[in-house]
This record gives sequence, C-alpha cells and structure tokens, in this order.
Amino acid sequence: MTGLPHDIVGVLRAIGRFVLGGLASIGRVVLFAGRAVAHAALPPYYPARLIEQIIVIGWFSLPVVGLTALFTGAALAQQIFIGGSRFNAAATVPAVTVIGIVRELGPVLGGLMVAGRVSSAMAAELGTMRVTEQIDALTTLRTDPLRYLIAPRVLAATLVMPFLVLVSNVIGVLGGFVLATTRLGFNAANYLDRTMSFLKTDDIVSSLVKAAVFGFIIALMGCYHGFHSNGGAEGVGKATTSAVVSAFILILLSNLIITVVVFGSR
Amino acid sequence: MTAKIIVRDVRKRFGRKVVLGGVDLDIAAGESLVVIGGSGTGKSVLIKSILGLIRVDSGSIIVDGVEVTALRGAALAAHQAKFGMLFQGGALFDSLPVWRNVSFALPRSEGAARLKAAAIDNLARVGLGPDVADLRPSELSGGMQKRVALARAVAARPEIIFFDEPTTGLDPIMADVINDLIVSLVRDLKITALTITHDMASARKIADRIAMLYAGRIVWQGPRGMIDISGNAYVDQFVQGRADGPIAIPVIPA
Ligand SMILES: Nc1ncnc2c1ncn2[C@@H]1O[C@H](COP(=O)(O)OP(=O)(O)O)[C@@H](O)[C@H]1O
Ligand SMILES: [Mg+2]
Repeated sequence: MTGLPHDIVGVLRAIGRFVLGGLASIGRVVLFAGRAVAHAALPPYYPARLIEQIIVIGWFSLPVVGLTALFTGAALAQQIFIGGSRFNAAATVPAVTVIGIVRELGPVLGGLMVAGRVSSAMAAELGTMRVTEQIDALTTLRTDPLRYLIAPRVLAATLVMPFLVLVSNVIGVLGGFVLATTRLGFNAANYLDRTMSFLKTDDIVSSLVKAAVFGFIIALMGCYHGFHSNGGAEGVGKATTSAVVSAFILILLSNLIITVVVFGSR
Repeated sequence: MTAKIIVRDVRKRFGRKVVLGGVDLDIAAGESLVVIGGSGTGKSVLIKSILGLIRVDSGSIIVDGVEVTALRGAALAAHQAKFGMLFQGGALFDSLPVWRNVSFALPRSEGAARLKAAAIDNLARVGLGPDVADLRPSELSGGMQKRVALARAVAARPEIIFFDEPTTGLDPIMADVINDLIVSLVRDLKITALTITHDMASARKIADRIAMLYAGRIVWQGPRGMIDISGNAYVDQFVQGRADGPIAIPVIPA
C-alpha cells in the first residue's frame, strides 16, 4: 500500500470542496442581491430611510472623494507630462488626463474610497444589529428587514454614486488643470478647450455606468456581510473586513469587465 | 379544545451539535408556560423556531391549527404578526428614540402624534413616565431598557407573547418588578405567554405551568405547584441549584 492514491484523492477532494464552497458563496450573494432588488421594488417603501442613506452615503462621502480626485488628477497630469515629453507629446496632457480621470480613475478610486467608508460602516451597523437581535426584533414587529434595512441602502448607493463620481470627475480634471497651468506652463483657456474637445459622450456614460455598478456592489457587500454576521463582536469585525475586501475585489473585477467588454471598442 | 401552540418532535442542529433533539410541548390559549433550563440548552433556539426565525430540521410546529415550519413570505409574516417578543438583550433600536421603538409595530399611517401618544400609554403600563419617550435607548439603565422592550412587545396587542430571560442581568428588586409586570400584562391583556428563564423565583411567580428543557428534550412538565415535588432528578437538581446530580457540568479540577 502506498499513500499516493490516497493523497491524490485527498487533494482532489480539497479542491472540489474549495470550488463548491466558492460557487455556493456566489450563489448566496446572487440570491441575496435578487431578494434585495425585489424588495426595493415592492411596497411598503421607507422614503425616510432612503433619504437618510442618500445623505450618509452621498453627502458625507463628498470630502474624501473630492480630495482623492483632486490629488490624483494633479499627479496624473504630472505623470502624463513626463511620459508625453519623452516622445514630444506633452501637449496631450489635457486630453489624456480627462480620459484617464473620467473613464477610469474617477469611478474606480471614488468607488474604492466610498467602499472603504460605506461598506465597512454598513457591515458594522447591520452586524451589530444582527448579534444584538435587532434584526430578529424587526421581524416580530411586523417589519421586513430586507425592505427596511437592505433595500434603502442598496437603492441609495446605486443612485448616489453616479452623482459622486460626476463631482469627482470635475474635481479630478480641475486638479490636473491647476497643476498644468501653474507648474507645467499650460495656458488656461487652451487647456480647458482641449479638455472639452477630447471628451466624448461615451466617456461620460462609461463613467456613470461604472459608478452605478460600484454603488450597488458597495451596498450589497456591506449589507450581505453585516446581515449574515454571527458570533458576537469578533463576528462583526470579520464581517466588516470581508465587506471591504470583497467590495474592493468586485469593484476592480467589474471595472475590468465593463471597460473591456462593454466600452472596449468605443 | 386543542392547544394554541403544539410542538411535536422538533429537531435542530448547528453543524454536528444537536441543540433540539425532539421537543414536544403544548401551550393552551391564555396559559402562561415557563420553560426552565441551563444556559446554552437551546431555550432561545426553541422560541425562535416557533416564531419562524430559525428553520428547524424536522418535526412539526402548529399555531392556531396552522403548520408553521413550511410557511414562507406573506404567510410567514402573518404568522409572526401574532407574536410579541421580549428579546434577551432587549434588542431596542439604538438609532431611534424610545417612543419610536415602542410604537414600531403600529401602522405608520397613524401619524407621528398618534404613535407617540400610543407609545406613552404603553410606557405608562410598564411604569415609565412620558419624559422617557424622547430619550435614546442608550440613555436608559438596563432595567428601564427591559421595561421599554416590554412596552414595545405588547404595544401591538399580540395574541401570544414570548419572554426570553426577562429578568437576567437585573437586580432582585427590578427582577420582581418585571415579574409583576409580566403577570399583570398576561392577565389584563389575556395573552398566551411563553417565558424562558433559569431564574426560579421568576418561574414560580409567572408560571401556570413549568417545563424543563435538558439535553434537547423536555424532561419534565407540570403545574407550578408540582415543581418542588416533581420526583424528577433533573428538576430537583436545577431547582435546588446543586452542582452534583444527573446534570453533569464538566469542570477541570483545580
Ligand atoms: N445561529 C446559530 N449558529 C450556531 N449555533 C447556534 C446558533 N444559535 C444557537 N446556537 C447554539 O445553540 C445552543 C443553544 O443556544 P441558545 O438557544 O441561545 O441557548 P439558551 O438556552 O441559553 O437560550 C448554543 O450552544 C449555541 O451556541
Ligand atoms: Mg437564550
């Protein structure tokens, strides 16, 4: 008897378990997403909860998203200037900066910053509500937790992210503009003119589509991990970490898919 | 007359751990039943199963003639609307003021003024003044939180009310205040009550009938007056609070 066949079976079994576990997780998340959407569509609605979430997610994220865009836009303009100078194309700074910001960095960095803020806060809040039995209490008080807690969060994040990203894009371009005109010797009117003439409708559509998808992911991951947390304070901590990590990965993955598959040829 | 709540051979396990191993229990309409048992014996799991908050593995739970283990969606919500529940930790919503907590199960169409008035009525029922209504739960002591949770549980006039360890964590005097409140609420509002506790003083005061949960099963049940003469070794050990007896608590010797 050698241990070899046994080992192979063991390895295969471990791989199988890993794959099945992964598929089951995906299934659970998709099911949860479907239920959240269905519950957002059907009454009773909680408009006060929705407005509250719009303020928490949108308004309070403005400073962090704005600063991120400002710094990134300026740094981007500088890098494009350096890169462009190497083949006499420094004049492309306004065009490449605006495309880089609007199509990629505005939505992605905005999404990641909001995920860091919001997914974690949602997971912590809902997780605490779960372990202190507040979610069970809702059910015994004739209130559907999916409608009362989850639907307003998912809807608010999906609606509000495009606005945040729009603001972030403008501030990002502004950051590049300020740097280029003060340090790189660009003429202000000329810079703005080139920025606007190179920007296409598709760039903006792609930016806003990404923003809405990222908003959905941010709230979904925060809600899913918080709603299903267990095991007291430690469980809430784990839920918070999982929410942020999974939101980051899903944002970057969906960004790649949207960039390549949906807007890859436009 | 058949019982209002009928539990038959209910089984539930988490992973390999069997928590409920075939529970049988009847609760008559208007009766106050107390289930006693040690910590972690599955008392909370039992009431959450009856409420439909936990799905059992097998067995039958019938409330008002309806099998609830298979209910989903709107039918499950209608089942749950019959119940009021006092959770072990109170489970008050800490983002909402006390009056909004207490009036939570009432229809929002009533408008804020009527809801607040109803909340104040229910707070009075548990001996709290109107000044409490605008406070946040975090501003209240543990005993006051329990009373607010009690007011919230009865505000919608449920047919059945479950109390999960209503006196745990309270001083003996506050515990007795809560016991009196439960007795008067159950009597005045003619509610069917199921209380879970390991507090024998509370059980003696609240119960019409007492059942003991041990190792996933009901090992004894009988009228309150029989608790000291049950002839059941488990009950005797629990009631007398002895470490030695058939209920073995593994402790590593020092
Ligand atoms: N959602 C759950 N997942 C895993 N184990 C659980 C869950 N709920 C309860 N348990 C386990 O079931 C047992 C009984 O819990 P519980 O009903 O809360 O006890 P108690 O009698 O003190 O109320 C405990 O050992 C607990 O760890
Ligand atoms: Mg318990």
